[in-house]
Amino acid sequence: MGFLSFIKKTKRTKLVRLPSGSFTLDRDGNVMTSTLPQGFPDSQIQAVSKCVLAAFQMAKKAQMPLSELIVNYSALRILARELRGGAIIFLMPSTANPPARTTNPN
Amino acid sequence: MQQKILLLDDEQDFLDLYKEMLGQHLSTLPEVRTALTGSRALSMLESDKYALIILDLHMPKMDGLQVLAIARRKYPELRVVILTGVRDEQFRTRAYAMGVDQYWIKPETDQEMGLFMESIETLLSTESHGGFRGVQSKSLVDIIQLECLSQSSAVLKISNGAVEGRIWIQNGEVIDAEAIGLTSEPAFQRILTWKTVSYEVLPPDPGRPRRIFTSYQGLLLNTAQAMDEAASQVVTPAQDDVASASDSAVMLADISQLTGVEFVLASVTRKKKRTQEFTGIEDPKPVAEWMEQTLEQFEQLGESLQVGQMQQIIGTGPQRKAALARCGDTRLCIGFGASISADDLRETMKTILTKWVS
Repeated sequence: MGFLSFIKKTKRTKLVRLPSGSFTLDRDGNVMTSTLPQGFPDSQIQAVSKCVLAAFQMAKKAQMPLSELIVNYSALRILARELRGGAIIFLMPSTANPPARTTNPN
Repeated sequence: MQQKILLLDDEQDFLDLYKEMLGQHLSTLPEVRTALTGSRALSMLESDKYALIILDLHMPKMDGLQVLAIARRKYPELRVVILTGVRDEQFRTRAYAMGVDQYWIKPETDQEMGLFMESIETLLSTESHGGFRGVQSKSLVDIIQLECLSQSSAVLKISNGAVEGRIWIQNGEVIDAEAIGLTSEPAFQRILTWKTVSYEVLPPDPGRPRRIFTSYQGLLLNTAQAMDEAASQVVTPAQDDVASASDSAVMLADISQLTGVEFVLASVTRKKKRTQEFTGIEDPKPVAEWMEQTLEQFEQLGESLQVGQMQQIIGTGPQRKAALARCGDTRLCIGFGASISADDLRETMKTILTKWVS
């Protein structure tokens, strides 16, 4: 029984770490290339893609076409560049204590 | 009234241990309740009022960040402490961005445990309304009095959302203040009217020239009097509406004069009704739609990614640049000429948000 309860032990959800990386989208929102880790959920990539493409398209409709969009959150920066209806999107998480810069001894 | 603490972790042993410790060793003798899952914790928060929730990040089904996101939105007065084994700096940053009061790695030594208990004790004694969230149970007035009584020298940097102010204290006397274009006593009085603020104590600035010559007791007394007088002024709703609309018009005209600004569009909510006010733009409707939807979608995205508050969106196009931001109930879209540099745009936006908040 001890062995069975070990197997049945409730599985913890994995905390999703925000990745630093980029991905490209075509005009229909399909991901073409990506440097994001595979562990980063597709649903979240889709959510980002949807917002970015909608923002570009609506800006165009409002006679204010945009080629770049920067969205600043407290813990993340999203930078998106328009690519003929699609986009390249960079995700840049921010850290309160970034690693110290090393100085060149020379 | 006995305060209640809700303890959330997926390990029963941990809950039993901490329930005993918190319940018996804190001087306020709080009532400690426990929950093994996020959903159970949320239903407990729904049914009773808690002063504090202490939660783990790693949990089955609903993780700590998810619980935190919901708890912060539904119960803004609730104090939240993360107590976890996760040492990842990114999660710490995200937790603070989402509004936790403290982030603790599970104590491993007696000394760490002592510090943890002390911090919980202090958090529980914090007044839930107004005052500083950075220094528990101390209001801004307390801080100034403490600094002055101890004959200290320091600069207090106070933030109220996008707005910042500073108070210079030299050898126990308030010598100057600065906030939103004001200086000396008016700035001091303005800072003291801010309700939810965070602050930082900076090193003293001995070179600062003295512009306030009233004693700190006198300053505090004058400020209290000014606030009482302001509170006692009765304004009828109709007068209030007219005044707000004319204030907005003056503000829009003022902002449109800033270097690089081409148009200003503000979507303001008054009495649950949203109205658009604008200057420098012929047809505001499509731009307003873009602004509303873009801000809303990215705010929702921020919630689902658990990355804290959305601060600003900046768009760059061949003809112009545009910045979107929210300021309380107002949504702002500012259009800039294409030639403005990124630094100038950021600075101008900071000025605009400061003006708007003030």
